[in-house]
Amino acid sequence: MTTATLPVYAKKDFQTDQEIRWCPGCGDYAILSAVQMVFADLGIPREKFVIISGIGCSSRFPYYMNTFGFHTIHGRAPAVATGLKIVRPDLEVWVATGDGDSLSIGGNHTIHMLRRNVGLKVLLFNNKIYGLTKGQYSPTSEVGKKTKSTPFGTTDRPFNPISLAIGSEATFVARSVDVFQTHLKDTLKKAAAHKGSAYVEILQNCNIFNDGAWETVTEKEARSENIVQLEHGKPLIFGKNRDKGIRLNGLDLEIVQLGNGITEKDLLVHDEKHPRAAYAFLLAHMEHRPGFPTPIGVFRSWGDVPRYEDLINDQIREVQAKRGKGDLAKLLRSGDTWELKG
Amino acid sequence: MIRFCGDSGDGMQITGSQFTNTVALYGNDLATFPDFPAEIRAPAGTLPGVSGFQVHFSSSDVYTPGDSVDVLIAMNPAALKMNLADLKTNGILIVNLDDFQPNDLRKAQIVTNPLEDHSLDGYRLFAVELTKMTRAALKDLGLDAKSMDRCKNFFALGMCYWLYNRSMEPTHGWLEEKFKSKQQLVQANKLAMKAGYSYCEATEAFQISYEIPPAKLAPGVYRNISGNAALALGFVAASQKAGIPLFLGSYPITPASDILHELSMYKDFGVITFQAEDEIAAITSAIGAAYAGALGITSTSGPGMALKTEALGLAVAVELPLVICDIQRGGPSTGLPTKTEQADLLQALFGRNSEAPIPVVAPSSPGDCFWIALEASRIAIKHMVPVIILSDGYLANGAEPWKVPSVDELPEIPVHFETNPEGFLPYRRDPVTMSRPWAIPGTPGLEHRIGGIEKQDVTGNINYEPLNHEHMVRLRAAKVESVANDIPPVVPEGDQSGDLLIIAWGSTHGPITAALNAQREKGRSIGHVHLRHLNPLPRNLGDVIKRFKKVLVPEMNMGQLLMILRAKYLVDAQGYNKIQGKPFKTSEIENKIEQMLGFAPFTSQEDDFDEQAGE
Repeated sequence: MTTATLPVYAKKDFQTDQEIRWCPGCGDYAILSAVQMVFADLGIPREKFVIISGIGCSSRFPYYMNTFGFHTIHGRAPAVATGLKIVRPDLEVWVATGDGDSLSIGGNHTIHMLRRNVGLKVLLFNNKIYGLTKGQYSPTSEVGKKTKSTPFGTTDRPFNPISLAIGSEATFVARSVDVFQTHLKDTLKKAAAHKGSAYVEILQNCNIFNDGAWETVTEKEARSENIVQLEHGKPLIFGKNRDKGIRLNGLDLEIVQLGNGITEKDLLVHDEKHPRAAYAFLLAHMEHRPGFPTPIGVFRSWGDVPRYEDLINDQIREVQAKRGKGDLAKLLRSGDTWELKG
Repeated sequence: MIRFCGDSGDGMQITGSQFTNTVALYGNDLATFPDFPAEIRAPAGTLPGVSGFQVHFSSSDVYTPGDSVDVLIAMNPAALKMNLADLKTNGILIVNLDDFQPNDLRKAQIVTNPLEDHSLDGYRLFAVELTKMTRAALKDLGLDAKSMDRCKNFFALGMCYWLYNRSMEPTHGWLEEKFKSKQQLVQANKLAMKAGYSYCEATEAFQISYEIPPAKLAPGVYRNISGNAALALGFVAASQKAGIPLFLGSYPITPASDILHELSMYKDFGVITFQAEDEIAAITSAIGAAYAGALGITSTSGPGMALKTEALGLAVAVELPLVICDIQRGGPSTGLPTKTEQADLLQALFGRNSEAPIPVVAPSSPGDCFWIALEASRIAIKHMVPVIILSDGYLANGAEPWKVPSVDELPEIPVHFETNPEGFLPYRRDPVTMSRPWAIPGTPGLEHRIGGIEKQDVTGNINYEPLNHEHMVRLRAAKVESVANDIPPVVPEGDQSGDLLIIAWGSTHGPITAALNAQREKGRSIGHVHLRHLNPLPRNLGDVIKRFKKVLVPEMNMGQLLMILRAKYLVDAQGYNKIQGKPFKTSEIENKIEQMLGFAPFTSQEDDFDEQAGE
């Protein structure tokens, strides 16, 4: 296809006439808007987009996108999408899911999709709560959280979705935030450009059941102290005055104050292509450590791992090249046959 | 027919005669053929040293043509070489893997290892570490290696007892008597036998095997085929006739795994097989493939069926074509993985939340599995519905001579993908089949949304209104019921009206047919309807029932079809139910027929299935 024939879309081309049924003020609106804008910018024919979702607030997503869409059952979107992508590797298949859908009931499909490296883009709406069922704790809720189903606080240790994805050998793992529109769109574009599985955790606010869950990250005054942006090839610097950095100390990370002889040259330079899982795990775990900022951006991007659907279809082509295309009449008569004369 | 063969020092004669005694005690008709080597004790492992013992046992309703054996146990390469020619294609071949070392092969004058050179591909080969496992079983008895190795024939015997579902008790008695003064040997042989038995049970590698009696066969080209292989071939044929790729999503489970194995070989036909992470991913990936425009299939057995339940409901709601193969086995739960049963009928018909009707079809013989695969695919695509195939372990692993059809004889399976955006709506229906358009992603102008949530007809928009829901529930039911317009009326085998109508389905076809023929030869007035379509039922079934005075429904379950027939037709049908993990015997069906017609006294069902009554 030449550039002259690329379709030109605007955001409105990806909007539907369906009444949006998210609560007013929900973080999902911002994500929807960002995805519509990113799709319009990708220059891909609209009919090539398919959005597959599971169950939950986030999984209503397909109804609001003017693309092909399939609202499936709880947790199973990656499996439905895998079947679709194997049969049609040419399609752009995106999965809309939440922390309950993807990490609880659908945890198994999530890890297997990632280790296979199916060419799916996953939008994980993480609001650390079950919204659609009205306020039970989720697998990402913090320990001790009081919810409808845990009036005395949760006793469950939460998942870190980034760690889970890295541990599942995901080839693209990133995090963004519903309200950081520029960062979110930039991250989604990177995900779209990735060939294999792209897992994007989007920190999303549920203003009804878990309002302010990401306040330390999103609050204007605090955010620069509490966030570090991961940018490939750049040192890890954060702070209101960009005066703090992350330095490697043996097998661990430490926070250092810039100045007094410590310069950017001493800091860890982000490498999203780093071949060791330990590196990405170090970054992922910063979120849980007192004093450490929450990283956003691309944790890992391995571009050279083959896609599952390509491997499957290549194998079929190889067998067909070797044996020729199957002949049904011959197949039916294969094995030992004998003839009975009338 | 079964043949034990090995070195003359391997105890094959004892093994064979023990097996013979045991089957004789069961009341089987039998003939034995001991085959001693000319030399009393030729060098171990050589061709002249091979000793064999063949047992041919049968009942009146299982007939094995020719002199070929169904099961060959070869304790070493020499025994294999001497006896392989007599083993049937697709027969069971058990060899002692430990005795296939280069030196053993040389002694038998074999150049390449037959276990590795694909020369045994036509058989169901089980290479078992008989020596190692026997030693492991006996390690605590304090025997020397040589004495332990002498017990390996009893390991093999234990395997055969499992394979033919025979008790080890008679042989226990024999051992006690024979080695009265050597309790260690009694223990050793019992343990080895038990280890062999347990090995089969634990590995699930062996599954029941049977042959359908060859009737007067029509002229044509034949091949032997098992039910699972026939299903796989049928799906390849359906995919070719429909001109769309075949996608199988499956998770390994006994006795369905062979469908996955078979289809994974047909990459030259563009067949995609996806071994999923679980049963749920197996069906949901197939739904995704169907959404993409492929012939989506998933294969499983009862426990897996249970896991797929929610996804079946999704397929009903989004009205996509899908074929689900349930190769039934004994349950509940893990139950009897390698034994047959027909107890998933109600699960197939009703095992989903809410009102979620699905067409259900069932093959009646291994060869019929080919045709049922085509029929299920045809209904699924034409009516845009999921379709369940109920096969069972008996059909799946059983083989029969199958008349190879020509490609022209296969039904057409037309596929129409919607491409016209003009007035397109995802749930606008074909006026005849009531099916919605198959509008696959990637088609310009057809962007639309579907899902499991209740929707408005025609537009597919989310809709929770009470009357809309009732309309949609009734519509989905009517759509499945309309499949009845598309299936042939039933014509009874035997009499068209008369004293007794037998209604059955699935793998009971063989013994019922044999019983029907035998009873009609005695002048009795009996018809037999064998249902291939279990939902919807053929339109004329009610009329056929009315033409008979009594109705008998034999099933390998507690009376599931019986319940449906009694409910639907208000007929006082009687069930005949066997739930032992094994098929009916012709004699059992005949006896029941005679009871129903007043020629034999009624007995309780427990008495009918007396374990000692013979096979």
